[in-house]
Amino acid sequence: MKVITERDVFSMLEIKKEHYQRNLRRFKGNRLAVTGSAILLVIILLVLIAPFMTTYGPLEVDPKNRLQAPSSEHWFGTDNFGRDLFSRVLYGAQVSISVGFSVALIASFLGLVIGLLCAYYAILDHVLMRICDGLFAFPSILLAIAIVAAMGPMKSNVILALVIVYTPSVARVVRSVALVVREQMYIEALRSQGASAWRIIWVHMAPNSTSPLIIQTTYIFAASILTEAALSFLGAGIPAPDPSLGNILLDGKSVIFNAWWMTVFPGLFIMAMVLGLNLFGDGLRDLLDPRNNQTKK
Amino acid sequence: MSGYILKRLLSMLPILAVVAVVVFLIVHLTPGDPAAVMLGDEAGEKEIAELRAQLGLDLPLVVQFFHWLANVVQGDLGRSYFSDVPVTQAFWEHLGPTVSVAIMAQIIAILIAIPIGIVAARRRGTMIDQAVMGVSLFGISVPSFLLGLFLILLFAVQLKWLPVAGYKPLSQGVWNHVRYLILPALALGFMQAALIARMTRSSMLDIIADPYIKTARAKGLKERIVIYKHALRNAFIPILTVIGETFGGLVTGAAVVETVFNIPGIGQLIISSVERRDYAVIQGTVLLITVTYVLLNLLIDLLYGIVDPRVRLNRKER
Repeated sequence: MKVITERDVFSMLEIKKEHYQRNLRRFKGNRLAVTGSAILLVIILLVLIAPFMTTYGPLEVDPKNRLQAPSSEHWFGTDNFGRDLFSRVLYGAQVSISVGFSVALIASFLGLVIGLLCAYYAILDHVLMRICDGLFAFPSILLAIAIVAAMGPMKSNVILALVIVYTPSVARVVRSVALVVREQMYIEALRSQGASAWRIIWVHMAPNSTSPLIIQTTYIFAASILTEAALSFLGAGIPAPDPSLGNILLDGKSVIFNAWWMTVFPGLFIMAMVLGLNLFGDGLRDLLDPRNNQTKK
Repeated sequence: MSGYILKRLLSMLPILAVVAVVVFLIVHLTPGDPAAVMLGDEAGEKEIAELRAQLGLDLPLVVQFFHWLANVVQGDLGRSYFSDVPVTQAFWEHLGPTVSVAIMAQIIAILIAIPIGIVAARRRGTMIDQAVMGVSLFGISVPSFLLGLFLILLFAVQLKWLPVAGYKPLSQGVWNHVRYLILPALALGFMQAALIARMTRSSMLDIIADPYIKTARAKGLKERIVIYKHALRNAFIPILTVIGETFGGLVTGAAVVETVFNIPGIGQLIISSVERRDYAVIQGTVLLITVTYVLLNLLIDLLYGIVDPRVRLNRKER
């Protein structure tokens, strides 16, 4: 039996470090991914420092200054209640990001659990995958509207609705990878050694099934931001007066002849966030795709 | 072939069953009592209990489900709580504009995307190609309702070329009908156009590299004939796939875009029902659209089986 020496451990660490550095280099070499992350960083930074950057609160009504065009006082102008649009857009973006992030996190976790269980237990697979197929059959926005309409327009309900809508897609992706992982020799070896199903699934199958999950998570993040904006625009999302990019657009639609800024600024923010996430996701996909994983020397 | 159709039809049953259960349960997610919500704040307990009995809300959930399902299968989706019109009737009345927008969007997407995709493929790596790919990436990132608002700002508010919003039925003249549909259809079709253009480009690039194209050129055919007659025909199957896969999405997307342009279609029916908490209409409409969506996808799948025999064979192997 081979004894692992200190040198072996060091060389393993060395390999790991090299691997990490190579990945970082490849990520930096990917122009799309870098652009995407730059856009995201700027927006996240803006949203985080929003309380220090804005002189007006997002809910501060000032009827005398209704529908002011952008100026040095109000960078993005004011809305139909005289509220500062810059502040509302930043706080709205904060809502978008928190909804998108929560949905991406919860849906990924649930999807991972469901996908792994389906891949491991054939009986569960039949039942859960039929349910996922059924949920998949709904046009996503319609299902979300119906759920929010029934439960009442609230941020938590919007998150819940989007989790129900997006979990099946994660579960499918995880399942298809985990099915392959399950047939690997090392899983069979574990089973023959008497490892419990719990251990096989969570300690061995889970970490080996996650790379497509990470990509899926960024796409769900982007899709949730879009769907939340659409829901709020349709009046089935974040309720007024709390700002969200969607309900600012809804307010803006009624004054589109007088106040272009109420449509353009929140719109640009939505586009920038989604574009950033999509570029980032594409970059990750290139990075994690094993077909690209050969070292170029 | 008939075996294939039968198999595909049978595979739909569990999906439809799940759809039915989910749609049924949605109304029961409502916090509190739907009967109390419908009657408003002034209703007494006796009235609420009467309405509950009338609607069957006092029965066990499973019994309610089968009652509801039996009615749905017979085409009875209940009546609107608000206007007392049967839900199916309300749906049919609003379907026309939605379908008009979806079809118009489809036409615009195909007319724009395929020529652009071909040009990008022929001029691969040039500025034109990069511009097309950039714009299409933009197209995938912009939601249709937002694009709709931007189009209104540009073409209706600034340039005043087209009407801001509204809808004129076909009976008021073709041009009048089309004029009001151009912006919504552009907004809706743009994302699909982006997808089709990308697929056309990559599919054409594969085909243009084939030896038979070289042969066609070598025998001195005009470039136009080589591209449109020889290459495009063989590049068309994957393009058709994208068109098919996204058409169902257009119909539901139309529901969202409609509300931007105040078009009295399915989308507006749903939104006004959400405002009035008219659960019967929401439930019925979501069910009808989803079933249509599922059937459309099935139809497209079956069409592939007919157009391309390889599809049938592949499915069998699984």
